[in-house]
Amino acid sequence: MSSFMTNDVALSLKDLRKNFGPTEIIRGVNLEVKRGERHAVIGPNGAGKTTLFNLISGRFPITSGSISLNGERIDGMEPQNINRMGLSRSFQITSIFHRMTVFENIRCALLWSGGYKYSFWSALWAQKELNQRAERLLDELNLLPRANLQAGLLSYAEQRALEIGITIAGGATVILLDEPTAGMSHSETEYAVAMIQRVTEGKTLVMVEHDMRVVFGLADTISVVVYGEVIASGKPEDIRASRAVQEAYLGALTE
Amino acid sequence: MMDATVTPTTTTAPARSSRQLVLWIVLLLMAAGLPWLFYDFNTGRHSGFLLTMLSQMGMMIIFALSYNMLMGQAGLLSFGHAVFFGLGGYCTIHLLNAVGKGSLPVPMELIPILSGIAGLGFGAVFGYMAAKQRATAFAMITLGIGELIATAAIMFHHFFGGEGGVSANRMIEKSLFGLSYASPVQVFYLILAWTLIAALGMLFLTKTPLGAMANATRDNFERAQFMGYDPRRVRFLQFALSGLFAGIGGGLYAITYEIVTFDAVAGALSANVVLMTYIGGTTIFYGPMLGATLITLMQSGLSLWSNSWLIYVGVLFIGMVTFAPTGLAGMIEAHGPIARAGRLRQLIVPYLRMSIPGLALLLGFVGLVELLSFLTIGQAQGKTLALFGNKIDIKSAMPWIVTVALLVIGTGWLRFEIRGFGRLWDDVTADLKQRSV
Repeated sequence: MSSFMTNDVALSLKDLRKNFGPTEIIRGVNLEVKRGERHAVIGPNGAGKTTLFNLISGRFPITSGSISLNGERIDGMEPQNINRMGLSRSFQITSIFHRMTVFENIRCALLWSGGYKYSFWSALWAQKELNQRAERLLDELNLLPRANLQAGLLSYAEQRALEIGITIAGGATVILLDEPTAGMSHSETEYAVAMIQRVTEGKTLVMVEHDMRVVFGLADTISVVVYGEVIASGKPEDIRASRAVQEAYLGALTE
Repeated sequence: MMDATVTPTTTTAPARSSRQLVLWIVLLLMAAGLPWLFYDFNTGRHSGFLLTMLSQMGMMIIFALSYNMLMGQAGLLSFGHAVFFGLGGYCTIHLLNAVGKGSLPVPMELIPILSGIAGLGFGAVFGYMAAKQRATAFAMITLGIGELIATAAIMFHHFFGGEGGVSANRMIEKSLFGLSYASPVQVFYLILAWTLIAALGMLFLTKTPLGAMANATRDNFERAQFMGYDPRRVRFLQFALSGLFAGIGGGLYAITYEIVTFDAVAGALSANVVLMTYIGGTTIFYGPMLGATLITLMQSGLSLWSNSWLIYVGVLFIGMVTFAPTGLAGMIEAHGPIARAGRLRQLIVPYLRMSIPGLALLLGFVGLVELLSFLTIGQAQGKTLALFGNKIDIKSAMPWIVTVALLVIGTGWLRFEIRGFGRLWDDVTADLKQRSV
């Protein structure tokens, strides 16, 4: 049924390939993410999950194949143009503006979608709605008490929250999260999962994640990537039951 | 409980900024009043030396602030910023001549706008070449542009006037206020007004979306890209606008000296603006203003006393880069939270203790440099070294022993004091941090 309703597909990868020199890292990935889906990409280290994100978001050029966002080809486009079409990503290694305050970080992330572009004639302090939006988002992220602190001085978990905040601020409809809970403690992870659920509501979510509790807690569809190929894709219970997946990957993780 | 951490900053910040505003207004009034403190009532003249120095400070403040739009705000190290200052100056000379001939009806007070437009134009042209790159590649391209224009200034006589430069008469008899600009004091007030306008303009730019994104691309250009912004576009606009303000500075230079030569676009001035900006501090808006003031002061004051003043500027620069990378302004700002916690008094005695060996080190170093300088250049110029009116025989051993001793003892003692001070400083700042988190 899904093949009829192409406008239901938010993100589609067709025979996507990527070589680094002679080495093929992504070897013909086919993937469809439906609108509103919460899709987890799992797989062992070095399987090419982050590379996949880098290709989708335009950070690296693809070697062959195609990537479509809401039915439009985005492969070959620059990251900023892909972002303007409604796709936003977070980074595995926290990527924030360290010397700016937490508030300024979030406000910058709101600027493009607010239509400010490269304006050098509008005073930021006078943009009431923009500033209120930034404050509301900080409140959602539980970062409001930290608003005036330099972002580089935040705790690790807070920086991860800010990272997600920056990712979703621009109102993108497709969100890619690269290991959003990596390096967090148990309680921090639980807290982060609830926060991600809250702030990505109604959006299409694709995430790379190693923590199986996060994966099974957040995702309604899971794809397993091994050696640059998707070896299985389906509902969490099907993936859990799949023998191929267990052999290739899950067995090692769930013991 | 969490609220307690925000309330102190939100309640005191407006009070603090209004106090800062008062400070700036006082400084502005002081600058405006300074020429009258040195007014000679017998001759009815202002001190020419002071007016020249203050005028130079004004244009250098604009120039350094414009440079910091690149270095501090966008993280771009340019080695060719004099190009925009100098080209703004050359264009202004030609403008003044055109107005003087009556072919261009622009009053003197508005000439700097045209200088700025010239700077903006060149900023856009060269920004198009440079702003696609960042980091080292950017620095290299700006170095190339600097050399290119410096060479062009020698080669193309029609516009640049060759080695002799181009000159103009600033008494163009067109003024909004009926001023002739025959006297330097009128020029000084023109510069003061434009310094204020330019500084406020650049301060405003830091508070716009472009200013914010310049900071963002400085910190993490890739993240800025994934937020919808093209970092090259941000750099280009920042570069062009920086050219605008540098052009205004150059225009004021042309109006003041009525001549612009190759020096105004040359590498030495490009290097000078790096020194001024860095010594003043790139992380705080007013930093470059401090740096420009200090370096101009050294340039006009120290150079009267010593052949070696450039060595002192160089050593100051290296010292700042090594020990105080946030510059003078950064050092001042670091004391803000300590003062607000009422603990500045704790630091007075340690500072005094450090100042004694610091002074010894300084005297030793200056002594050594001067002795060496008098051994070579000074002797050639037939000068003799004198201290408090007593002639010093630079060929005898005594002055050398004293300076070396001061240098060695000062260094050792200062290192000891600094270690103690470092511990105290860490204690105080760690304590403050703990209280605020």
